[in-house]
Amino acid sequence: MAKFSVENIEIKGIAAAVPSNVYINMNYDWISAKEREMFIKTTGVSKRHVANFGTTTSDLCERATNDLLDKINWKREDIDILIFVSQSRDYVIPSSACILQHKLNLSKSCIAFDLTMGCSGYVYGLSVISSMLNSQLKKGLLLVGDISTLHTSPKDKSTFPLFGDAGTCTAVEFNTNAYKSFYNLQTDGKGYEAIIIRDGGARNYVSETSLKSKKISEGIERNNIQLELNGIDVFNFSLKEITPNINELLSSSGVSKEEIDYFVFHQANKLINESIRKKLKLPLEKVPYSIENYGNTSSASIPITILAALSENLVNQNKKLLLSGFGVGLSWGSVIIDFNNVVCLPIIEMD
Amino acid sequence: MNIKTFIENIEHEFEELEKGTLNPETNYREIEGWSSMHALIIIALIDSEYDILLKGDDLKETQTIQDLFNLVQSKTNNG
Repeated sequence: MAKFSVENIEIKGIAAAVPSNVYINMNYDWISAKEREMFIKTTGVSKRHVANFGTTTSDLCERATNDLLDKINWKREDIDILIFVSQSRDYVIPSSACILQHKLNLSKSCIAFDLTMGCSGYVYGLSVISSMLNSQLKKGLLLVGDISTLHTSPKDKSTFPLFGDAGTCTAVEFNTNAYKSFYNLQTDGKGYEAIIIRDGGARNYVSETSLKSKKISEGIERNNIQLELNGIDVFNFSLKEITPNINELLSSSGVSKEEIDYFVFHQANKLINESIRKKLKLPLEKVPYSIENYGNTSSASIPITILAALSENLVNQNKKLLLSGFGVGLSWGSVIIDFNNVVCLPIIEMD
Repeated sequence: MNIKTFIENIEHEFEELEKGTLNPETNYREIEGWSSMHALIIIALIDSEYDILLKGDDLKETQTIQDLFNLVQSKTNNG
């Protein structure tokens, strides 16, 4: 059972950047107006930020990081580790984290590597950077996000209107005064096809047929380098696994549900998240959302939700948060972590 | 569980449906404006009301509201 705790780790600040270009889902004329309304009502996504072709996740993360470092007065030479969590890296090879180390003027003694994870990536990334910082490092940057819209077919109603783009930076620090954080991380690779891009990796290397668009069903046309999402399987997985994961984490950590000030969930879609909220019997005010204006921002959804919906409640406060990410892999995980005077920057819109 | 309540629950979830529109023989995929979103709503409803979590493959085997009801009932009895 991958339940564990990490001591001496504190989140110092969070920043995020999104593309300034906004796509209004009511204008998505690939489907009927009635279907658009139904989509918006069920998924909760009214609009989302979409990157221009050529803008990458690392560009958004770089901007968020520069603004955050200025705000919290961290010296670049003091940063020991940078982890970039994304499924939309700059290149197949090398790691984007190495490029970011250079662009951000970090020292050559800085550890930098990528983690290829999606919806669960923020919680996973936090667990890795926290554990490494706790092994005698001082300061770390967790850069998390995706340009998911690049991978969606405009003629696929099951993916195109759902996703938004974002890049985030979380500054994490070793601090012996920090409270313990508790994790419960899980995996079920049996469901690897539920969210998948079939071609372009080593299993099915990109070929001419990869680019050939196919009609899958009414309103769904895509090629094999575009994202495929089995909504019903993902829905089923989310309803089945997330509640027990959180309940087990609460009982193993000895933290009661009432002690948690906010439950921040990956913004999968509103129906999924509301179903989980009701299963856990959580009041609305403890479960913030960002999906309406940002869509499903993949691994960035937890920090985006914190910044979009909780910033004011976190300023100069000490709050206990439970963060939970779930999806592609299938991979899921939750963490209970204290937010003590965390600096939350307003979400940056970038051209 | 009875099918009357089952139908009322579905009609309640599909806000655009008038009460009394559905009957056991209705092919639910032919409900006006049906989309995959409705399938998710049905799964969520059955999960919250009957504590039965249907899979995509389960749904594929059903056509009518009666089929759906029978499926839920058989899973309730087995569980």
